[in-house]
Amino acid sequence: MTEYVLEMKGITKEFPSVKALDNVTFSVRKGEIHALCGENGAGKSTLMKVLSGVYPAGTYSGKILIKGKEASFKNIKESQDAGVAIIYQELALVGEMTIAENLFLGHDLMRSAVINWNEIYKKSVVALEKVGLDLDPQMKVSELTVGKQQLLEIAKALTKETDILILDEPTAALTESDVAVLIKLLNELRKQGVTCIYISHKLGEVMELADSVTILRDGQTISTNSIEYLTEEMIITKMVGRELTELFPYEVHEISDDNVLLVENYTSYNKSGKKVVSNINFNVKKGEIVGFSGLMGAGRSELFISLFGGMPGKKEGAVKLNNKTVTIKSPADAIKEGFAYVSEDRKRYGLVLGMDIAKNTTLIALNKVMKLNVISQALEVRVAEEITTKMKLKAPNLDIEVGKLSGGNQQKVVLSKWIMNNPKLLILDEPTRGIDVGAKYEIYKIMNELVQQGVGIVLISSELPEVLGMSDRILVMCEGEITGEFTREEATQEKVMMCATGGKKRD
Amino acid sequence: MINEQTIKKESKLSFKFDLQSYTLILALIFIAIIFTFFTGGEFLSSRNISNLFTQMSIIAVLAVGMTLVIVAGHIDLSVGSIVGVTGGIAAMLQVWQGWSTPVVVLAAIIIGGLIGLWQGWWVAYRAVPAFIVTLGGMLIFRGVLIGLSDGQTISSLNPSFKQIGNSYLPFIPGYIIAAIAVILMITFTVNSRRKRKEMGLLLLPSVIDYGKVTVYSVVLVVITYMLNRYLGIPIPFLIVVVIALVFMFITTKTAFGRRIYAIGGNPEAAALSGINIKRNTLYVFVSMGALAGVAGVLLTARLNAATVSAGNSYELDAIAACVIGGTSLMGGKGKIFGAIIGALIMASIDNGMSMMNIGAYWQYIVKGLILILAVWVDIISKNK
Repeated sequence: MTEYVLEMKGITKEFPSVKALDNVTFSVRKGEIHALCGENGAGKSTLMKVLSGVYPAGTYSGKILIKGKEASFKNIKESQDAGVAIIYQELALVGEMTIAENLFLGHDLMRSAVINWNEIYKKSVVALEKVGLDLDPQMKVSELTVGKQQLLEIAKALTKETDILILDEPTAALTESDVAVLIKLLNELRKQGVTCIYISHKLGEVMELADSVTILRDGQTISTNSIEYLTEEMIITKMVGRELTELFPYEVHEISDDNVLLVENYTSYNKSGKKVVSNINFNVKKGEIVGFSGLMGAGRSELFISLFGGMPGKKEGAVKLNNKTVTIKSPADAIKEGFAYVSEDRKRYGLVLGMDIAKNTTLIALNKVMKLNVISQALEVRVAEEITTKMKLKAPNLDIEVGKLSGGNQQKVVLSKWIMNNPKLLILDEPTRGIDVGAKYEIYKIMNELVQQGVGIVLISSELPEVLGMSDRILVMCEGEITGEFTREEATQEKVMMCATGGKKRD
Repeated sequence: MINEQTIKKESKLSFKFDLQSYTLILALIFIAIIFTFFTGGEFLSSRNISNLFTQMSIIAVLAVGMTLVIVAGHIDLSVGSIVGVTGGIAAMLQVWQGWSTPVVVLAAIIIGGLIGLWQGWWVAYRAVPAFIVTLGGMLIFRGVLIGLSDGQTISSLNPSFKQIGNSYLPFIPGYIIAAIAVILMITFTVNSRRKRKEMGLLLLPSVIDYGKVTVYSVVLVVITYMLNRYLGIPIPFLIVVVIALVFMFITTKTAFGRRIYAIGGNPEAAALSGINIKRNTLYVFVSMGALAGVAGVLLTARLNAATVSAGNSYELDAIAACVIGGTSLMGGKGKIFGAIIGALIMASIDNGMSMMNIGAYWQYIVKGLILILAVWVDIISKNK
């Protein structure tokens, strides 16, 4: 028997309302990368919270053995001392502090009465080297890209005695190139004997990285297998408990010759006068899905936020919506023109989490549920129910706070909100980020329905297969400019990546 | 993913949360029992209840406006000074200039609104934090009051002005209003239950819904009876009821109200949903200012005088009333009804403790502790 560095046996965790974990068994061998897969709400995060002491011993039943010794953590500190480090999806760095301060925050070095900065800086450089970062430790963390911050988090975990490194959706916000760096680093760490638990929705990464895969579904362990015995399809089947015949339900559909959006020589500056996107030319036809690919920071979101009127700053060029030249100064103007923008960050820009579902869905088209300028609750609920049913929202009541819904259902509320206003142009910015496979599929289906009704859709996505799988036409951006355009037929991952990294431009 | 079972349980939870808001009323009852015990029943006498409702009215009016401000994610520290300055100007216009009561009242409310416009402009269009703008306003308008009145107390207003703060609704109209209110409550409940059922919304057990109506009706009738046993329903209290109803309507049934909750709940999402944050924020401050004008009129009328210290520290009582009433200082959450109950709790403590002849300093201490307690209860109930 190979030795297990971690064994979790018969873990059951009940919340007042639901059994989140039901007799879960999870064993990780020393020095392996062990992927933990499952749909949202399958219990992955709960299991990791049990392991890391967020849920203290006694609030769950079952046993945790670390290196064969029984462990019962009362808090996160205790689990850290035992060598368990967890890096969450939402990074826990202090943006206004320097790299060095972040690395050693809470470390003994920071606890002495007089802090020995020289030693901290020296150690910081060493820690950064370990993760392949060549940065000045006195730099502020807020100046780093998300990808670098992720690596910094790992470096921070490694400054302590870490036996088990848990990464929760580490690549959700990373660009392809950052992902490559991360994967290289994890391979490196594996050689050094660090055990890693890798939670991810991105099965491509799982297949590339993991030695074994444990799949959870509805709070139960479905299987633990060595990676040789698995394929991506098998993992999906086990996760959802059903066969997904196709990942991307692209349908051939009619595309009109009419432009719903035509952008010519568009250049936009931010508040401080810096060019954000320059000389953009493109069109979106009625009933067409135009994919926008590119690396993080390529200016895709910025372009559309700017077009949508959500960014202050100077703009140049012409914008035609439905063959009419428009000047959009604010989101309100854009909404009036039939423009809809589903943001990449639904919690921050899409939803009022403390409000119920019905109120969130009617936020934009509130006039549709008013009689004589008075909100009619009856009408509001009827209209909201109609649209959310269409979106296949799973919630028996519409007066549940949106914050209590899963990511996929939250995204459906955002979609409902915008679609209620009958948009002619729908911008979907990372519409499936952090959403489980089943909900993703439903969102793709909704896109299909909309284009059939003649809506023009822009799909911004960092997941190449998604862009390639769903778009009629693909545009690639790099550093604020459009660097490539492909039809559905000619596009390949390689060609798109080439343009996204600016390779084509420099030829 | 939330499955059916989770959600069903969740609904039960939200019902429990509702109970949490009844704890407010339970707290009020508890306070009433304690004071009744220690004052030998005097606290619940007709005369004292009448006093209590008159006393609470000014803070209640301010708390209504403050609820909007806090829900929108801001704060207003200047309302005490606005009460002072608008009440003072009203007195000056009448006593020194001889203006008639209706004109004076209107002037006070308009001046309050203009002050709100000024402060709202700084907050909304100049992005200065409301805390700072209204802290400044607190000093500015107190200064204006002292300057205009030359530090004097202005007294002896027209009888018609005094009546606003010191008269009562006769018995018969009082009972008629109470009866209408009971009938309206019953119809509303029946209607809303029917609609909710039709739409498959969460339906509380009928015992609870109708029980609530019964309790409210009984309370209403008993209060009207008690007030009528003394001199009738105090006019200031009636004004509070009207204002509260108007603002309940605004917060729950109008686009403006809905937008305030959205702005306070998530300003970034609200902005991207096409909501004009600046303009709506401005309106919130204007309404706060105008309500402070109403409170100024009530105070001057009740005291039959305007002093330079009128309204001192009322902002804190109003904020406390909102917070005790369940309004979240994070914005996006809060109810007018809660604020009214909060104001009643604050007034009960003042009133009860002075009846017990406890030193005034204790009132500050107890109110402060209750404020902390209220927020703590709110926090633990959310963490559960």
